[in-house]
Amino acid sequence: MKSGLFGAATIAAVAFGLQPVWAQDSVKIGFVSTFSGPQAAIGEDMRRSVELALEHLGGKMGGKKIEIVYEDDQFKPDVGKARSEKLVQQDKVNFVSGYIWSNVLLASLKTVADEGDTILVGANAGPSQIAGELCNKNFFSTSWNNDQTPMAMGEYLNTKGVKSLYVVGPNYAAGKDMLAGVKRTYKGKLMGEDYTKWPDQLDFSAELTKIGAAKPEGIFIFYPGAHGVQFVKQWAQSGLNKTVPLYQVFSIDAITLPQQGELALGTLGAQEWVNDLPNDQNKRYVADFKKKHNTYPSYYGAQSYDAIMLIASAVEALKGDLGNKDKVRAEMKKANFKSLRGDFKFNTNQFPIQNFYIQETVKDPQGMMTVKTIATAVTAAKDPYYEKCSMK
Amino acid sequence: MEYLLIQVLNGVQLGLLMFLLAAGLTLTFGIMDLVNLAHGSLYMMGAYIAWTFVTWTDSFVLGALLALPATFALGMAVEAVVMRRLYARDHLDQVLATFGLILFFNELVRVLWGPAGKSIAVPPFLSRTIEILPGVPYPAYRFALIVVGAVVAILLAWLVARTRLGMLIRAGASNRRMIAALGVNIELLFSLVFGLGAVFAGLAGLMAAPISSVKIGMGDDILILAFVIIVIGGIGSIKGAFVAAMLVGQIDIVGRAFLPDLLKTVMPPASASAAAPAISQVLVYILMAGVLVWRPTGLFGQRA
Amino acid sequence: MKPGTIVAAALLIILAALPLLTQAFDQRYLLSVGTRIVIWSIAAVSLNMILGYGGLVSFGHAAFFGIGGYAVGILSAEGIQSGWVQWPVALGASILWAALVGALSLRTRGVYFIMITLAFAQLVYYLASGLAGYGGDDGLNISRSRFSGLIDLRDKATFYWLCFALLCATLWFCGRLANSRFGYVLRGAKSNELRMMALGFPVFRYRLVACIIAGAFGGLAGILLANEGAYVSPAMMSWVKSGDLIVIVVLGGIGTLFGPLYGAIAFFALEEMLKPLLDLVHKGWGEYWQIVFGPLLVLVALYARGGMASLLKARG
Repeated sequence: MKSGLFGAATIAAVAFGLQPVWAQDSVKIGFVSTFSGPQAAIGEDMRRSVELALEHLGGKMGGKKIEIVYEDDQFKPDVGKARSEKLVQQDKVNFVSGYIWSNVLLASLKTVADEGDTILVGANAGPSQIAGELCNKNFFSTSWNNDQTPMAMGEYLNTKGVKSLYVVGPNYAAGKDMLAGVKRTYKGKLMGEDYTKWPDQLDFSAELTKIGAAKPEGIFIFYPGAHGVQFVKQWAQSGLNKTVPLYQVFSIDAITLPQQGELALGTLGAQEWVNDLPNDQNKRYVADFKKKHNTYPSYYGAQSYDAIMLIASAVEALKGDLGNKDKVRAEMKKANFKSLRGDFKFNTNQFPIQNFYIQETVKDPQGMMTVKTIATAVTAAKDPYYEKCSMK
Repeated sequence: MEYLLIQVLNGVQLGLLMFLLAAGLTLTFGIMDLVNLAHGSLYMMGAYIAWTFVTWTDSFVLGALLALPATFALGMAVEAVVMRRLYARDHLDQVLATFGLILFFNELVRVLWGPAGKSIAVPPFLSRTIEILPGVPYPAYRFALIVVGAVVAILLAWLVARTRLGMLIRAGASNRRMIAALGVNIELLFSLVFGLGAVFAGLAGLMAAPISSVKIGMGDDILILAFVIIVIGGIGSIKGAFVAAMLVGQIDIVGRAFLPDLLKTVMPPASASAAAPAISQVLVYILMAGVLVWRPTGLFGQRA
Repeated sequence: MKPGTIVAAALLIILAALPLLTQAFDQRYLLSVGTRIVIWSIAAVSLNMILGYGGLVSFGHAAFFGIGGYAVGILSAEGIQSGWVQWPVALGASILWAALVGALSLRTRGVYFIMITLAFAQLVYYLASGLAGYGGDDGLNISRSRFSGLIDLRDKATFYWLCFALLCATLWFCGRLANSRFGYVLRGAKSNELRMMALGFPVFRYRLVACIIAGAFGGLAGILLANEGAYVSPAMMSWVKSGDLIVIVVLGGIGTLFGPLYGAIAFFALEEMLKPLLDLVHKGWGEYWQIVFGPLLVLVALYARGGMASLLKARG
C-alpha cells in the first residue's frame, strides 16, 4: 500500500503540478458554466460564442495570447464555487466570466471578487442582491438584472392592451423574481399566479387546466432551458394556443426552439438582445455563428461574446498590462467596446443601461425556427436596485 | 364539475406514468433485493433510443415498437454485466455501483447524442383534443397515455396473478430462498425480471417524451418519486405500487390545482400563493413519512 | 504496527502539515480542497457511526449540513456574528432535529428507513428553499463566525487547522464510542436485533442516541461548511449530497474508523484529478471525466468489498 500511496502522490503531482504552466505573456480567462447534465446545451452555446469571440479577436488581446479555461459548475452552487476557487487560486486567471445561474454566481462571488480580487464578468445571471446591496467593484454584468426583462414585458403588455394575465413560473428564487418583475409593471388584471415545482416537474396539466378555466387574455411564463420546452409543448397540446396567447421571458430561444418547433410560432418574448439587431458586429456574429454551427446563437451566447469583448477592450486599452487592478477596473467601466446589442453603457452598479425588445417566434426563409424583433419595449432601462448599491 | 373531472384525469395520467416507472423498480427490489438507483437511467435511455428510432422511421408508433425490445436488450445487458454480481451484496454496495451507473449513463448520452435535449413530436393522429364529455376538450395524447398505462397495468396484474412467471415473482417477493430451493432457473428469472423492469421504465420514458423533453438526467429526479411510490405501496407489491402511484398522482394534482384556493379561504392571498407551492412540494414526502410511521412496511409490504 | 495504522498515521501527519506544504509549494488551491475534504470527512465519520456500526442507512444526512449551516447563516443575517452564540445554537438545532427524525424513523427498517430519512431531509430542503427572507433558493451570503479575537476564521490556514482539529476530535470520539459498551450494543443490534433485545438492551434507545450523536457531528460539519464558503444555500442539503455522503462512506469502507476519511479524500481527489489527467491523455476528454468516474465506483462496489479500508487490511 505504501507503493500505492506513492503512486497516488505521483498522480497528484502530475495532475496539480504539471498542468500547462501559463506563459507570463498571456491573458488568462476562466469561464464557468454548465457543461454537463440537463442544462449542458446552454453552456455549449456560451462556449461556442466565446470561441467565436476569440476567433474574431485573432486569439490575442493587447498583443497577448488569450488562454481560456472552461469549468463545469454541474448546475450546483458548491461545485461552481469550488471551480471558481480553482480558477483564481490555481490557474491564477486575470478574469473570470460565465455563470448561468443566480445561486452559482452568489456562491462564487466572494471567492472570486473579494478574496481573489479578480474581475468577474457575469454573462447571464443577474440576481438583485448583486445589483443592489452586494454590488462589487470587481463585478461587471453583460446581461441584466433578473427583474428587468419581465418588467419590460409588463410594459409591452400595457401598451398592447392585454387586459388580463395569468402568470406561471417555477418555485425558486429567479422564478419568483421574474413573476414579481412582470407584476411590478403590468397594470391589467391578474387572473392567477402559479408556482410549480423546481426542477422536477414535468407535467403542467393541472396549471394549464386552471388557466383554461380562468380564461385570461394572456399567459406569462418564465421557464429556462428544458422546462421551457415542456411548458410550450404542453400549452400547445392542450389547445390553449388557439385561445390564450403566450408571453414569455427566457423560455423560448435558439437552444429550445429546435425542440419546441412550430408549436412556438407566434409567441412573444422580451429580451435585451435579438439576433436581428441591425448593427455590424451583430450581423457578423450571427452570420459566423450560423455558418459554423448551422443554428442561431442565443442570448446566452451573445452575452458571453460581449463579456469577452468587454474584457478585450480593457486589455487593449492598457496594452496588456494588467498589473494595476484599479486601472483595469476603470477601463472595464468605460465599456468601450462594440456590443452586439449596439449602445452599451454601465450604470453605477456596473450593470448595463440598455433597451429591451419584443421578439416574435417565426420561421426564417430557410425554414429554421428563430425569433425576430417586432418592437422596442423600453429604452435605456436601469435596473430597480442600483440605488441600493454603495458604488456611486 | 368538468374542471374537477379534468383535474382528476390529469392525476390519473400522472399516476399511471409513475406506475410504469415504479413497477419495474418494485419488481427488481422485491425479487432480487436490489436497490437500483440506475432505474431512472433506463427511463432516460428508453426515451433516447425511442428518439433515435422515431427519427429514423419517421413514425412514433414504429419507433416506439422498435425501442421497447432495444430497451429490453439494454436491460438484460446491464443485468449481465453489473447487476448480476450485486444481488447477494449489501444494499450499500448496490447503491454505490448503481450511483456509478447513473454518472456513466448521463455522460454516455452526452457523448452519443450531444448536450442538447431532443424532442419527440406527438404522433399526428393524436395531436388534437378530444371531447371526453360534450364541450370538455382533453388532449388526445394524454388520453392515449391513460389508455396505454391502464392496459399495461392490467397486463401486469394478469402476468403476476395468472402466469407461471408471475407465480415465481410472487414467490420470490415473499421468500427469495424458497424459489431457489425449488430448482427454478434463478439466473434466467432474474434476467427476465430485470429486462421487464427496463421495458416498463423505457416505456414510461418514451411515452413521457412528447409531453416533456428528452434530456440528460431526466430520470434522476423522477427516480426519487418512484422510490417514494414503491415505499408507500410496500416493496415488492405491484398492487401497492399501483395504489401508491394513483395516490401520489392525485395528491400532486390536489396540491397544485386546489390547494392555493383552499389556503386563500384561511389566509391572505399573498401568503397563500407563497405557501401553497411550498406545501404541495412536500406533500408526497409528508404522505410517505405518515404512511411509514403508521405502517412501517408500507401499505401492502410484507417485510422490511 | 498494522499497515492500516501506518497509513492512517501518515495521512494524519500529512493533513496536519497541509497548510505548510501548500504554502511551500505555492499551491493555495490544494488547501481549499483539503479544507473541503476535512469538513466532509467529519460528516462522513458521523454518518458512518449510524450507517457502518448501526446498520442504519440514513439518506438524509445532508440535512445536517443545512441545519448547521442555516443556523449560522440566519443568525449572521440577523446581526449575531459571535460564534459563541451561533455554534451552540446550530448544534442544538441539529440535535433536536436528529432526535425528532430518529424517534419517528427508527420504527422502520432497511429500505423504509432509507426512504423516511430522505423524506425528512426533503422537508428541510424545501423549507430552506421557501425562506424568501433568507435568499430562498439563491442562498445567503454571510460573514464568518467571530470568536472575539481568539481565532480569525477568515485566515485560510487557521480555518483549516480548526477543521482538522475538529476532525481529529470527531475521530477520537467516534473511535472511543465504537469500542465502548455502547458501540458493541449498536453493532450487536446491527447483526441481530432480536438477540440484543432478548439480552435486555433497549435497542431503540441506543439507536436514537447514536442518531443524535451523528446528527450533532453532521451539524458541526454544516457549521464549518457555511464558514468555509461564507455562503449557505438549500443545495447543500439536496438529496444528491446525502447520496454523496453515502458513497464516500461506502467507498472508504463502512464500519471502519478511518474509512470515511479515505473515502472523502478519494472522492474529492478523483473529482479534481480525473479531468486534468484525461486532458493529458487527449485534450478535451477531461470534460467527460464522469464516464470514467462512474464505472470506477462500480468496480469498487464489485471488487473492493469493504471499500478502501479493506484493501489495507488485505495487504497486511
